[in-house]
Amino acid sequence: MRARIPFALSALTAGLLTAGQAAANDPIELTMYYPVAVGGALTDVVDNLVEEFESEHPDIDVEAIYAGNYDDTRVRAMSAMEAGDTPQLSVMFSIDLYELLEQNAIVAFDDLVESDEEREWLDSFYPGLMENGQLDGKTYGIPFQRSTIVLFWNKDAFEAAGLDPETPPKNWEQMAEMAATVRDASDGEQWGVMVPSTGYPYWMFQAFAFQNGHRLMSEDGTEVYFDDPAAVEALEYWVSLATEHEAMPDDTIEWGTLRQNFLEESTAMMWHTTGNLSAVRSEADFDFGVAMLPMKTQRGSPTGGGNFYIFEDTSEEEKRAAMTFIRWMTAPERAAAWSIETGYMGVSPAAYETEALRDYVEDFAPAAVARDQLEHSTAELSTYQGGRVRRALDNAVQAALTGQMTPEEALSQAQQEADSVLRRYAR
Amino acid sequence: MSSTSSTSKMVAPHSRFVSVPSLETVAAWLLAIIWVFPLLYAFWAAFHPSEFMVNFSLFAPLTLENFTDAWSQAPFARYYLNTFALVTGVVIGQFIVCTLAAFAFARFPIPGKNVLFMLVLIQLFVFPEVLIVENYAIASELGLINTITGIGLPYVASALGIFLLRQTFKTIPRELEDAARIEGCNWLEILWKVYVPLAKPTYLAYGLVSISHHWNNFIWPLVVTNSVESRPLTVGLGVFSAPETGVNWATVSAATLLSIAPLLVAFLLFQRQFVQSFLRAGIR
Amino acid sequence: MTLNAHRKMQLYGALLLLPAALLLTTFAYLPTVTTVINSLFLPGFRGEPAEFVGVENYQVLFDDPTFWQVARNNLIYALGTIPTSIALALGMALFVNGKLPGRGFVRMAYFTPTILPMIAAANIWMFFYAPQIGLFNSLLDSLGIPGVNWLGDPSVALSSVIVMSVWKEAGFFMIFYLAALQSIPPELKEAADLEGTSRWSFFWRVTFPLLMPTTLFVLINALINSVRVVDHLFILTKGGPNNATNLLLYYVYENAFSFFDRTTAATITVVILIVLAVVATLKFTILDRRTHYQ
Repeated sequence: MRARIPFALSALTAGLLTAGQAAANDPIELTMYYPVAVGGALTDVVDNLVEEFESEHPDIDVEAIYAGNYDDTRVRAMSAMEAGDTPQLSVMFSIDLYELLEQNAIVAFDDLVESDEEREWLDSFYPGLMENGQLDGKTYGIPFQRSTIVLFWNKDAFEAAGLDPETPPKNWEQMAEMAATVRDASDGEQWGVMVPSTGYPYWMFQAFAFQNGHRLMSEDGTEVYFDDPAAVEALEYWVSLATEHEAMPDDTIEWGTLRQNFLEESTAMMWHTTGNLSAVRSEADFDFGVAMLPMKTQRGSPTGGGNFYIFEDTSEEEKRAAMTFIRWMTAPERAAAWSIETGYMGVSPAAYETEALRDYVEDFAPAAVARDQLEHSTAELSTYQGGRVRRALDNAVQAALTGQMTPEEALSQAQQEADSVLRRYAR
Repeated sequence: MSSTSSTSKMVAPHSRFVSVPSLETVAAWLLAIIWVFPLLYAFWAAFHPSEFMVNFSLFAPLTLENFTDAWSQAPFARYYLNTFALVTGVVIGQFIVCTLAAFAFARFPIPGKNVLFMLVLIQLFVFPEVLIVENYAIASELGLINTITGIGLPYVASALGIFLLRQTFKTIPRELEDAARIEGCNWLEILWKVYVPLAKPTYLAYGLVSISHHWNNFIWPLVVTNSVESRPLTVGLGVFSAPETGVNWATVSAATLLSIAPLLVAFLLFQRQFVQSFLRAGIR
Repeated sequence: MTLNAHRKMQLYGALLLLPAALLLTTFAYLPTVTTVINSLFLPGFRGEPAEFVGVENYQVLFDDPTFWQVARNNLIYALGTIPTSIALALGMALFVNGKLPGRGFVRMAYFTPTILPMIAAANIWMFFYAPQIGLFNSLLDSLGIPGVNWLGDPSVALSSVIVMSVWKEAGFFMIFYLAALQSIPPELKEAADLEGTSRWSFFWRVTFPLLMPTTLFVLINALINSVRVVDHLFILTKGGPNNATNLLLYYVYENAFSFFDRTTAATITVVILIVLAVVATLKFTILDRRTHYQ
């Protein structure tokens, strides 16, 4: 109910009486694509939320379409757009911003908010989560399924290796040591640490680089700094976990099966998105903990995950309905429920103040790690021609990890590739 | 002469039976076991709780939970429906379009017929998948994105179908046609009453090949579909089991079996027809 | 037949051809032509009109080491899958053609992978290949052999993909050999037995040459499949690690739908079309010398 008043109000103030009438008769139909990139039955969670919304808002019909991973979702939404069948809104990769803007596909929320209440809502999110959704002072993406990378560790394995099960590594050195200790103590049965290097290798690499005090791209998405010595050092450390410390398997580590590896106790630590938290919690039959990623010169993780976007090619009343839906989905209670179900972050401070999430965090401390890490976070790698630029970095990371190139060679090649792709965009 | 031949025949298989063949039999069976193993493994994984994925124990508890999980986590019922509609539509469309074209090539004096026929045969090499980018643009222009028609239409004018039917039609004696004409049939009636019934085996063979091809087709449907409404089983399965979703393996196995079950069962029941069809369609 | 009736027949035939002609034009000829055209243009930047650039896109493509890597991968993939699956198919056919206990089951076992969707097959093989917890490594582990990162090690990944493709394809080719074997007159074998020819030399001197047309036919099919079928990459490797398993058609897909670069996609497609044209010429000149289309 609460969310419907601004809708009625704004419809009136805009003089769009027709919109109000239409809403009274036919429900407004909204189509939304959304991705899932972690385990668990997230599609069920989304479907239930949508159903709940529809029962509260009989004047709006939302068709939520699960479209695969983040890349698939971008492809699907873009192709629907090209076919003239534009969705009104979608949850898409927060870093799709530049590509969507370049295609003139999305609208700024600043141009949609009308009441003070809505403006307040727009300011209610963690600033760290807004970074990827903003350009030139305008907001295009509203945080929804957002995450950071966290360190999961197996307390039983730590104990068995003679480590303090309650103390996760604080810095790079400790992580390498602890991982090697586990590896030795298990007689080669268990790996010390796994950092996934398929799926989203650039994302993991960003964490290493940022922990070493280095940001990989410019604010405006037209330049990248892959071959900086700090970045090279970061990649060298990642590679050394396998080669020097022998605590991580050689070659690439599959993003998708990593959680299974952790659950099967074939590794004592893993870096993974916090979006996996609830799935790990429900399936692990050992004691585990979640910590912020270790630091080199500073703590750090990129944010990640999906934002809500509203598309350009939609009618005024559909935009209003989409706003209503997005506000409902990101309201503190829903954000709290979503966070509890999945492990994704509560997107606003208010979410963590709800009774549900407060109780949950009290009972299950790992649920707050992602939030606490937010103050050390950086925006996810996002540039023009993002697909190619990220692929260049992904390839560099994989080339270094598989020993095809040294980290320095790999990163300077990625830099060259990215430079040539971005040449046209230099401002 | 005949007696020597028969004795040698008696001797040869006998000696083969004792020494060489046992090795051959072992090899054949070993290969067969290796070949069915992946499928058996999928069955194992799908019917047991996930902790038994790599852990074979005779007494592992059987469960159907993986199937119910898969069924509830993705709209497989809808996927079935879509695939069914797709396969039916494509096969019917192919039968009609290819029959007409094959008839024309077989019996009508069209100028430049041979050149035209070679042009048709090009499609045996340049199939819709290779041209995904442009076909996607065309489907988009025609408003066929995210429709089952969009998945099927590019395959309806099938060179293989035209080729097979034309060959069959050519073997049908003209006398039958003349007899029908005397009875006052027009061309379409002749086609329908004389040619089509006599080409039944070809239709069966081509139909089975086409059904398996479209049941299994992936990349074009992936490109052209956007949502559950049109997604066929293969694409649904691909979306469901892409590794990054981290879906439980046992569930993925169950989903995999779900999507291959109808075709697999049909194949096991009608093995001979399937093999014959593939053969017939392949030999050309 | 009068001239008029002849005309009528021509018209009638043309009408019968029309639906197929329309569809083929729309989904085969037209897109082929536009692909070639698109490969000669550069789309305008930020809304400017497209610009004719001649072969520049090809120069850019040929300067791109990734393209060469992908092309090389595809060649290796073809060389890896084709001879192996042909040899296996022939072996299978010989097995199944002889007296063999449980022949029906064995034949079914060989053929079954053929009717599975590539996507489903890839799903199953994913479980085999997963490092640490996958079946292959679990088995190796129980033998005390260190596991291999089947899909994550660039020196192994392409071979892993090849093995799966061979498994999928061999049974299909087997049936053509089987049919060909059954059409070989048994008198030949009897005569050879009479002369005391060894099975080995009988195979190489009689059977194999007689199977030559089948081998050529299978070869053409295998060549086409090595370009056409990339479904498994979507599940197994997504072309990685570092493009170690990327194949041409998958690279087209990536360019068109992940990077939104339709121009590069069109340029690579033309390369694929040229490869297919070579295969087609091969088929129409060598293989079909015996077959008659008239």
